[in-house]
Amino acid sequence: MPFHSHLLANGLQIIGETSPSARSAALGFFVRTGARDETPEESGVTHFLEHMVFKGTSRRTALDVNRDFDRIGADYNAFTSEENTVFHAAVLPEYLPQAVDILADILRPSLREDDFDMEKKVILEEIGMYEDQPMWSAYDHAKRLYFAEHKLGNSILGTPESITALTRDQMYAYFQRRYVAPNIIVAAAGNFEWPRFVDLIEKHCGPWQKGAVGREGVSETRGSGRFEVLTRDKVMQEHVFLISPGPPADSPLRYAADLLGMAIGDDSGSRLYWALIDPGLADSADCSFHEYEGTGAFYTSFSCQPEQAQEDLRIVMELLHDVQKNGIREEELNQARSKVLSRVVRGSERPKGRMMALGMNWIYQHGYRSVDDELRAFEAVTLADIRQVLERYPLDQVTALALGPLAQLHAEEHG
Amino acid sequence: MQVDVYQHTFANGLTLLAERMEHVRSAAFNFLVPAGCAFDPPDQLGMGSVLADLLTRGAGPRDSRQLTFDLDNLGLDRGEGVGLMHMHLWGATVARNLPAALEIYADILRRPHLPDEELSAVKALAYQDLRALEDEPRSKVFVVLRKHLYPTPLSNDRRGTAEGIANITSEAVRRHHHRWFQPDGAILSVAGNIEWQPLRDQVERLFGDWNGSADCTLNLGPQPPRRAHVAKDLEQTQITVAYPSVPIGHPDYYAALGAVHILSSPGGMSSRLFTEIREKRGLCYAVSAGHDMLKDRANVVVYAGTTNDRAQETLDVLLAELRRLQDGIEAEEVERIQAGIKSGLIMQQESTRARASFLASDWYYLGRVRSYQEIQSAIDGLSPALILDHVRRYPPRDFVIVTLGPKPLTG
Repeated sequence: MPFHSHLLANGLQIIGETSPSARSAALGFFVRTGARDETPEESGVTHFLEHMVFKGTSRRTALDVNRDFDRIGADYNAFTSEENTVFHAAVLPEYLPQAVDILADILRPSLREDDFDMEKKVILEEIGMYEDQPMWSAYDHAKRLYFAEHKLGNSILGTPESITALTRDQMYAYFQRRYVAPNIIVAAAGNFEWPRFVDLIEKHCGPWQKGAVGREGVSETRGSGRFEVLTRDKVMQEHVFLISPGPPADSPLRYAADLLGMAIGDDSGSRLYWALIDPGLADSADCSFHEYEGTGAFYTSFSCQPEQAQEDLRIVMELLHDVQKNGIREEELNQARSKVLSRVVRGSERPKGRMMALGMNWIYQHGYRSVDDELRAFEAVTLADIRQVLERYPLDQVTALALGPLAQLHAEEHG
Repeated sequence: MQVDVYQHTFANGLTLLAERMEHVRSAAFNFLVPAGCAFDPPDQLGMGSVLADLLTRGAGPRDSRQLTFDLDNLGLDRGEGVGLMHMHLWGATVARNLPAALEIYADILRRPHLPDEELSAVKALAYQDLRALEDEPRSKVFVVLRKHLYPTPLSNDRRGTAEGIANITSEAVRRHHHRWFQPDGAILSVAGNIEWQPLRDQVERLFGDWNGSADCTLNLGPQPPRRAHVAKDLEQTQITVAYPSVPIGHPDYYAALGAVHILSSPGGMSSRLFTEIREKRGLCYAVSAGHDMLKDRANVVVYAGTTNDRAQETLDVLLAELRRLQDGIEAEEVERIQAGIKSGLIMQQESTRARASFLASDWYYLGRVRSYQEIQSAIDGLSPALILDHVRRYPPRDFVIVTLGPKPLTG
């Protein structure tokens, strides 16, 4: 599958991988901005802006945007993370020009005051929806507790207060600062013609303003190390998160970290599975490696009946200490590797999956990586690499948070 | 679009379906066994889920750990799901590992150990599944909706009840497995980079000498009351509304599907509910409608989650939108849903899991697999008049309304 790239004069990067046998073409606009790029007064603006992008331009009303996407049968959406805002669409190959026309157009939104006020209500509803999901609530609180003063602790949704206080002008200023051409990557994968695609992007995005890029506060962190219990009487199960440090996204250790996370906490055959799920001690248990610019983290979590939580926490801490001290076995590494290799192959079969990987690799690996490059990188991981991850990023140095009916829960050093 | 679909029903009644997808490197399979939660013994509700969990805790020559280890080493992503009518055992991996995975699944289906000593752990998980539902209001409201939409046992939920789980014994699990894990009526579908003849030969060797059939007749209880409210102190009120539609195979099916898409097309944002409730009024973040289908009946099911003090307004607007369907449908709306369905069908060709599940589902509902051309021409044939005629024959009314939140609503 040939790879292509082209840099527009204004700094906007275009990348693509063509695959003529694909049934569809997928494209995404990756704006390198997220919750970590917000000031405290702007909390939640990135995500709110992602919604506002769909509310129209000088050429389209909000309804036009939705109708134009639906008219070409596009599979489209957007998401906001701590570091990126991604707008994407998958379409049948013949509709790619229209998809570019819509996506490029909406990336220069009007941000009309009445749309802003209406969408504010929707954002408040979204916050309310997540509030009613204790697992998500626990994750959000745990992340904030871990990152503390670090900007990665910023909430993606913001709070009802910050959203209510936010003005259209603040959003516009943020847009002007962050949605500049050099801060945007356009990625495409699947069945499309590269030269024609570049022409289309050039035509629509060539006039976009230049501007300064980058972000403040990029540094490694090992977390606050704090332990907190949030009591919620109406929640049934106890939801517990333990976060420990990990390598940053551009570290060569990321592949080892990924496999280590899987060996500890994948949903089948992992250490946590045998320790908590198999014996029926928890209804869910997971460990996975999350990577960011400048730092990374392992998120270990479980949920269980409240009366079981203290014992489960002890089991999990013992497990993390054991892995920290003794590492994992060769067969565990190979087991995790088999799963990852199969997932990489299957994930790349859909242009949408491939487009996401292209964009994210360009951002975090600073370049192109083919499916085979990825497979080879996972193939090459050894137990020595796993040991290196553990030595540099102690897995049992946790920040922990529990949310549920319990009034207290003891971290091991006190219990 | 040319698609190679193969089918063979073995002498014992097991049907094998396969689709060859040359452009991919993976393969996915899907076993459907008539052991859905509708067939849970009435005093042991939750049995299907307990059995599903026990199935992979040792089978044939492998104990629980070895089985998991071997499946993981095949790179198999897998799951056991308990639906209303079937238990689904699915898996997906690189195509070259498919034959080895099927060998192990023959043991899981036919020779599971169902170990006595694991039953208490599995039951503990089943109880926790029930408790965890209380922390997921959106899932919870759908479970309660089913109780008011369908008569027993069609209203069963896979999680069962605490009393039902308590009553389950090892002996009962074995009986349940023996009774429902039968080849007659079971379906195995495979999609991906596979060769038909070797696949068929392998399945014949693994399952050809399996014999028996299950009696899937259900005795239905009375139709339950159409209104319910579950009181719960939450930020948002969960709203579900349902009304009768027609299932696949019915002459009105595609028009019914069209009507649902006009209300809410999967992934689309210009459909009516999203536009009127979210875009124009900002009443909620999540609003959608779907087509809930059994072999002999179907319902349109609508969902919205919204802040408590705006819940009544949301329900009012929602019901008004449902009723407004009969007033007219624009040609533009039909063109948009046609485009959405067409591209969805084609993009399905990029997912081995989606195709494997499509094959099995068509076979269960229709006893055949619809071709791309057949579906496409039915979709092309949709028009405002056709959909409107259907909506007038099956008007949105006789609503079942179930809500979850601090206060009941009127509607």
